[in-house]
Amino acid sequence: MLKGTASLESAIENFDILKCMQCGICSGSCPSGRHTVLNIRRLVRRASHDPAVMEDESLWMCTTCYNCQERCPRSVRIVDAVLRIREIAVHQGIILDSHRKVASLLLETGHAVPINEENTERRKQLGLSELPPTVHSVPDALMEVKKLLKSCDFEEIVED
Amino acid sequence: MSDKVSLFLGCLIPNRYPGIEKATQLCFEKLDIDCKDLVGASCCPAPGVFRSFDEPSWLAIASRNILLSEEMERDVLTLCNGCYGSLAEANNKLKESSKLREMTNEHLSKIGKEYKGSVDVRHITEFLFREIGADTIKLNVTKPLGLRVAVHYGCHLLKPSRDREFESIERPTFFDSIVEATGCKSVDYPDKMECCGAGGGVRSGLSDSALSITNHKLSRIKEADVDCIINACPFCHLQFDDGQKEIKTQGGEDYAIPVLHFTQLLALAFGYSPEDAGLQFNVTDCSSLEEKLVHEG
Repeated sequence: MLKGTASLESAIENFDILKCMQCGICSGSCPSGRHTVLNIRRLVRRASHDPAVMEDESLWMCTTCYNCQERCPRSVRIVDAVLRIREIAVHQGIILDSHRKVASLLLETGHAVPINEENTERRKQLGLSELPPTVHSVPDALMEVKKLLKSCDFEEIVED
Repeated sequence: MSDKVSLFLGCLIPNRYPGIEKATQLCFEKLDIDCKDLVGASCCPAPGVFRSFDEPSWLAIASRNILLSEEMERDVLTLCNGCYGSLAEANNKLKESSKLREMTNEHLSKIGKEYKGSVDVRHITEFLFREIGADTIKLNVTKPLGLRVAVHYGCHLLKPSRDREFESIERPTFFDSIVEATGCKSVDYPDKMECCGAGGGVRSGLSDSALSITNHKLSRIKEADVDCIINACPFCHLQFDDGQKEIKTQGGEDYAIPVLHFTQLLALAFGYSPEDAGLQFNVTDCSSLEEKLVHEG
């Protein structure tokens, strides 16, 4: 495990997972659960005792809409816990390939969705600058982003 | 909070839907809003993915974006629910926790910067509602639009609610009120407050799951018989706009509902053309809407 990584135990404690009474308001409020295999009530229960929860693909089906957390009668911080459990999983190398790709785009360009030719053309047609006034047109700013990510060991965390 | 802001563009607006950037410029000029570009900003970084990967990295990159605005002594203005959620959450966390602030500033010291916690993060809809007001918007409308629209708030504009100050997360009205200031009718529809399906890294990670949520929402909007969808987030915008094509390609329904960011709707109501607002660059064809506007005009 990389330095600075929280444990599943701390996530259980920090986000009040053990206060869950399995009432199911979370699942009843879940837009993803209506259409996918995500059962957020079951996921919360599993998080309380089974470290294999980190390998559960349904962790990544949560759109983080926060309905469950807003409506939970026991104020369990469900989405905050999902984010933390995902983070612990990623630090153990459990990450989807497509997400690894998004991470590499940030590392290379400072944007999760960088500019492409089609859109530089559109920008010109709209009378905008060809490149936006972001890291895309300020090389020193991109260098700052890269230095910060290096300081955080971000590449090591998300790499194969 | 101040009415002087810096514009945080994020990724999707400048790099996929530049029409939203253009429409925003046109609207701000018309409303005389004191707004400057946040030059050198990066990805917010996207909360569903990067916060899920490593919170310290997420905080470090987010804090850099915020401190660029601190240096300008302006609040950060976002046009995207994801950027708003990410930057506002990071800002609140860093303001509240000296431990997180210390950790983050240690990373920032390597680029000679410091996060101070001196500004706020705003979202275009609540900014226009609170600082400009629906009445002033209405006074500036030169072309009342007369459209029936489905307003989509999206999730991270409102939630988590703990650090937001909105009247309701279940039945909010502020976004509808600025939409109706343009002369449109905000039509109520079932599951109006539901997610578009894209957030939390679901679109990038498990796109079929995202699309099944989107398909449900679109089916509800279709039943409401509207002229277009109005959103306040380029990620919801992408999911509805491009998602319609993906659903059709997979043999699903051809919804053919135009999708507009609020700033594009506002630009139309201020008398600008659909081309000025970049509607021609949408994936889902907007010509039905354009015909209606010509007809109404």
